Amino acid sequence: MLLIATTGKYEELHSADVILSITALINIICIMSKSMLLLFAHPAQSHSNINLPLFERAKRHSHVTAVDLYSEYQRSHINVKKEQQRLIEHDVVIMQFPFYWYSTPAILKHWQDLVLQYGFAFGKNGTALHEKPLLCALSTGAPEHAYTAEGANGFTIRELLRPLEATAHLCGMPYLPPFVLHGGLTAHEDGRLQQHSNLWQTVLDQLAGDEINLNKADKHNTLNEYLLAKGGSSQ
Amino acid sequence: MTDYLITCFIYLVAAVIAVPLSKRLGLGSVLGYLIAGVIIGPVTGLVGTETTTIQHFAEFGVVMMLFLVGLELEPKMLWEMRNRLLGLGGLQVTITILVFAGLALLFNQAWQAALAIGLLLSLSSTAIVLQTFSEKKLNNTQGGRAAFSVLLFQDIAVIPMLALIPLLALPELDSISTQTTQDSHGHGSNVIQGLPHWAYGLVILIAISSVVLSGRYLSRPLFQIIAKSGLREMFTATSLMLIIGIAALMSLVGLSPALGTFLAGVMMANSEFRHELEANIEPFKGLLLGLFFITVGAGLNFTVIQENIPFVALATLGVILIKASILFFLAKIFKVRDHQGWLLTLSLAQAGEFGFVLLSFSAQNNVLPEYVVQLLSPVVALSMFLTPILFIIYDKILLARYAEKATDKEPDPIDKSEHAPVLIAGIGRFGQIVNRFLVVNGVKTIVLDQNPEIIERVNRINVKPFYGDASRPDLLHIAGIAQAKLMVIAIDNLEQTNTMVSHIKQHYPEVKLLVRAYDRPHGYHLESLGADYVILETFHSAAEMACEALKESLGLHSFEARHRLDTYLYKRKEQHHKLCKTWSDSHNPNSFNRDYIELFLDLEKELSDQMNQVDRRFTSRTDNDWVPPPKEYVNEV
Repeated sequence: MLLIATTGKYEELHSADVILSITALINIICIMSKSMLLLFAHPAQSHSNINLPLFERAKRHSHVTAVDLYSEYQRSHINVKKEQQRLIEHDVVIMQFPFYWYSTPAILKHWQDLVLQYGFAFGKNGTALHEKPLLCALSTGAPEHAYTAEGANGFTIRELLRPLEATAHLCGMPYLPPFVLHGGLTAHEDGRLQQHSNLWQTVLDQLAGDEINLNKADKHNTLNEYLLAKGGSSQ
Repeated sequence: MTDYLITCFIYLVAAVIAVPLSKRLGLGSVLGYLIAGVIIGPVTGLVGTETTTIQHFAEFGVVMMLFLVGLELEPKMLWEMRNRLLGLGGLQVTITILVFAGLALLFNQAWQAALAIGLLLSLSSTAIVLQTFSEKKLNNTQGGRAAFSVLLFQDIAVIPMLALIPLLALPELDSISTQTTQDSHGHGSNVIQGLPHWAYGLVILIAISSVVLSGRYLSRPLFQIIAKSGLREMFTATSLMLIIGIAALMSLVGLSPALGTFLAGVMMANSEFRHELEANIEPFKGLLLGLFFITVGAGLNFTVIQENIPFVALATLGVILIKASILFFLAKIFKVRDHQGWLLTLSLAQAGEFGFVLLSFSAQNNVLPEYVVQLLSPVVALSMFLTPILFIIYDKILLARYAEKATDKEPDPIDKSEHAPVLIAGIGRFGQIVNRFLVVNGVKTIVLDQNPEIIERVNRINVKPFYGDASRPDLLHIAGIAQAKLMVIAIDNLEQTNTMVSHIKQHYPEVKLLVRAYDRPHGYHLESLGADYVILETFHSAAEMACEALKESLGLHSFEARHRLDTYLYKRKEQHHKLCKTWSDSHNPNSFNRDYIELFLDLEKELSDQMNQVDRRFTSRTDNDWVPPPKEYVNEV
């Protein structure tokens, strides 16, 4: 019905819109589309200018199951069986968080410690996560130049996230370069949030459509760079 | 009437003075009663011939004691103890009977009398030994448990002994004392005289099965009805009615009343009313037994003793030595080693209160001649007098000898008896949660409640509470407060809660008390009484509700609402001591004085100030929020 209705009004619509809606329809109908599990960790959401809007946007995405870990586990009592079941049911795992002391907020580390058990995520018969890509979507307080060999932090963001990359590796999960918003403290005022939010939508869409080339993406420092390069080359 | 009151008063005064004194001196209550009897009888001559009549009356205490022994005997517990009970206890009783009976034969007694002497000397003093064990905390030692199983076997063995003694009657004694016999068998108006044998058997069968069946099936609904009426004296009356009724029935058909009540006791051992029954019968039993011991003391014939001092002294030492040697030998066989073996040996070397019972019973039934009874009474009494000395020998000499070995000694295995480390008073909405959480974590609990409806309700979910008013010290004692690690008090009644806290803190200071308080003043009061952990009954559920309400009303993230609540709880805890001190300085437990209210308002403002920090960028409302660095930080890096 919807398809017929859309087709009937074809002439009156802008071609870009039509292409978008058709893509969306294809995405929905296509059996190959990927489901995503988004694990969100932010302990002080009343202070959040970046992550909360991004999380809200992801929540509305039809392929995303969005989990607010601090809301679900106020007392850090993580339900391991439930979390493992969720992982099994999805094709892509995304961790979204503000970058705290070169790592995730505490609950997300706690989640890794408890959920990624031997025999489930790694070790003998621990193949539940094989071939499920892992993406870190994070924001940093400091601007981009701080995350260089010469900058205040001395390392790139990709380097600093090595523990998570190694975790993905051990669990047989293809690791995507991180999707980062640097300078989160001022991003809202500088008007960078809207642009980043749109890019976030693209990330989710492309992950759902399995349109990201893992090998090509891996050559980049961040997923942002890959998407820009991809957009540049395709134009 | 006046004479009667004066005699009664003399008995009571003697008991009231002598028993606490004797307990203070570590001699135990049984010896206290005996001493009281000696003082009002042979020493001062305040009481005279009526003692024998009173003694018959007081023997009813024995009937009650056996009912209580029966109540303690759960079939399951007996089964678990079977080896010790039959092996150790059985051998101790049998060997001791044989040795003393043999000795008595050497003293030219008839075999019937010799056997009776063996029987009465084979028993030890349950009252003295168990009391000393619990005072010295020896209940759960290996030697203590071995001694307990021997005592238990003896208590059970008393019943067949009481049945056996009338069969041993000596015909020549019978002819001498026909009148007294008629006297003592005055209650013997039994219905079976003149019945043919088959009818006699049938009557006995009916009597016993009616005791068993009513104990098993009738007593429970009856007590439920009585308990629901809420009248405590009715409960006591019903308990007494039951025991006296059974005793009367048994006498009517010519059986031992003690046997009947013992059977009824065993039948009710599984009932939830057990502890309450115990608590109700206990005082009567205690008083009657006390009276019995007083009459024994008063009946000691000093002239006979004075004439036979060497015999009495030697016989006493002989009894102790022989009993101790038999126990020592049994301890070796049953592998109760070292100082534990010595504990078994020395603790049970005396003759006991049942010895007196059997003595007077034997005299009544013309089994023992009067002069033998008069000679043996002081022997039994003296052996009991010497028991504390034996315990001192154990404590000071033997324990010290084995002290060096103590370092590599294995810990005693945990006792399987019913006493639990946790007592819970009240199994209503509050106590249920506490109990369930402990039980699912494998903690054994004993639950007491005085509301029969609640008991019935929780019975359906496999909680087996004991019916009774937990604020009564006797009930607490029976429930095992002395062995408990902690007690949770979760009852509605404030007064009862307070009474329990002061009582337990005074008598069992090592038991931790976790107490539910009605409101703040009650909480402060409980703390001043010494409660270890006090919680306001509605506080934490209110706090949870407040957290949810804050979250919804301010649209907060649940994690932040949780943090604010935690901060609030933390602050409150900090303020608690100040408030508690101000409250207790006010000397008015029922209302808050002005200082308290002022302080309360100050502290409330402090809390509200912190929660409403205007500039929240660098500090947080709560003490442990995450806060971002200032935006200027971007320029620093």
